Amino acid sequence: MVTKTGDTTTFPSFQAWLRPDGRKGIRNVICVVYLVECAHHVARKIVNTCNDDEVHLIGFPGCYPNDYAYKMMEALCTHPNVGGAVLVSLGCESFNREALKRHIEASGRPVETYVIQNEGGTLATIEKGVAAVRRIQTIANQTPRGDMDVSELIVGTICGGSDGTSGITANPAVGRAFDTLGAAGATCIFEETGELVGCEKIMASRAVTPELGAELEASVVKAEHYYTIMGFGSFAPGNAEGGLTTQEEKSMGAYSKSGSAPICGIIKPGDVPPTGGLYLLDVVPDGEPRFGFPNISDNAEIVEMIACGAHVTLFTTGRGSVVGSAISPVIKVCANPETYRKLSGDMDIDAGSIMEGRATLDQVGEDITDLVLRVAVGERSLSEAMGHQEFILTYKAFDPIGPACLPLRRA
Amino acid sequence: MSDNATFVSPFILLHPDDNVLVCRQHAFRGQTITLDGETVILADEITVGHKIARRALSAGDKIIKYGAPIGSMKQDVPRGAHVHMHNMQSDYIKSHTREVTGHGH
Repeated sequence: MVTKTGDTTTFPSFQAWLRPDGRKGIRNVICVVYLVECAHHVARKIVNTCNDDEVHLIGFPGCYPNDYAYKMMEALCTHPNVGGAVLVSLGCESFNREALKRHIEASGRPVETYVIQNEGGTLATIEKGVAAVRRIQTIANQTPRGDMDVSELIVGTICGGSDGTSGITANPAVGRAFDTLGAAGATCIFEETGELVGCEKIMASRAVTPELGAELEASVVKAEHYYTIMGFGSFAPGNAEGGLTTQEEKSMGAYSKSGSAPICGIIKPGDVPPTGGLYLLDVVPDGEPRFGFPNISDNAEIVEMIACGAHVTLFTTGRGSVVGSAISPVIKVCANPETYRKLSGDMDIDAGSIMEGRATLDQVGEDITDLVLRVAVGERSLSEAMGHQEFILTYKAFDPIGPACLPLRRA
Repeated sequence: MSDNATFVSPFILLHPDDNVLVCRQHAFRGQTITLDGETVILADEITVGHKIARRALSAGDKIIKYGAPIGSMKQDVPRGAHVHMHNMQSDYIKSHTREVTGHGH
């Protein structure tokens, strides 16, 4: 039962998978991981043959090594929602499959590796991989269940296909949900410094320390520089068709997803927040641009959010994105009432009701919070139920976060 | 859409400092609306999410939405005009449309 005391809402605990490393998951997914594009088809065949919604395909296409991609893969394969993994290697790529396997084993999760060049080719590897998934799933299904509190939940938010309604309805409604969940101790992560251009001063004023405020501003300056070199801001043609004119206009709307809580840290992809509270995920690479756009599509940001431990992601959209993700459920919050009527089968929450005076921001915020809790308990989001498991991981480069980025880090 | 929709302005003001309003319900060319107590006839069709000028704006004026600057006018427009990429620009990064795809800028 949900009880309210003053400004703080108390939520009941729920059952979760208790991982050997102490983390708690709301799903029990087996990851089938291709370690280079050359192994993609074999890995996909393994997943398709298993024909099980809890077996997910993830992977990295590149043959050249990349510290970011390796760190991301470690974080994803030991995500609290993941019960085990099957690694599929061609054999000659440079991805460090041995180190990844050791890392997964050290987390207490079952893992097996198949190297196509050593297993006898495509058909033999598919057959062995399918059998491996079955074995690993059997072990993962024995993972103990136990109580999980809202304060142990990590919730991310991103926006995609934004339009002129996003910043009025869905984004501030997610901000309300973030305020409620954060007050109950949950960890909330918002993102996309490239979509915070123009908001840096207001955002910095919410930092828990002046040093963090300076880091927040610096992260947006970095994003502006990076996107300027790329030649495009984080602004798609559909944004303009939906009434958004400039990057900073889109930013102000996107910023409202963060709610009104103090900002207690900056993290980078693959960093798990050390405490509850509100964090900015800085997704823009450090240094001069090397590998292209910070994130080539929304899916890459969802994956980064998940690599930071997000159990569930709130995805706001005005134009109407339909994507989900591997590993963690995505909840769609639709900002535009006309879009909702066209795509209602894909939209979990009708925030466009605010636009038409059928609901208030507070009511939609409560609806979002309720749905987060129901999905945590096991209810499938619409994209999850329809089998959306999009996944993108590409080359990037990051420096570790600086000392001012996590002022509340536990000793 | 509720029955009283016709009594509600198709445009909303998000912040008292704003000099644009946001369309919340499709509005048509020639439609009469009320802006700050004065009657204005829309010169353009305005779709949901798009902006109109709350008052006459001049080239160089900062556009204020959510109480914050979101760019500047490139040309003068009368009250009630559609404010978008044809007459307004970012003060940070140039926005792009589908026409530029494949041509860099």
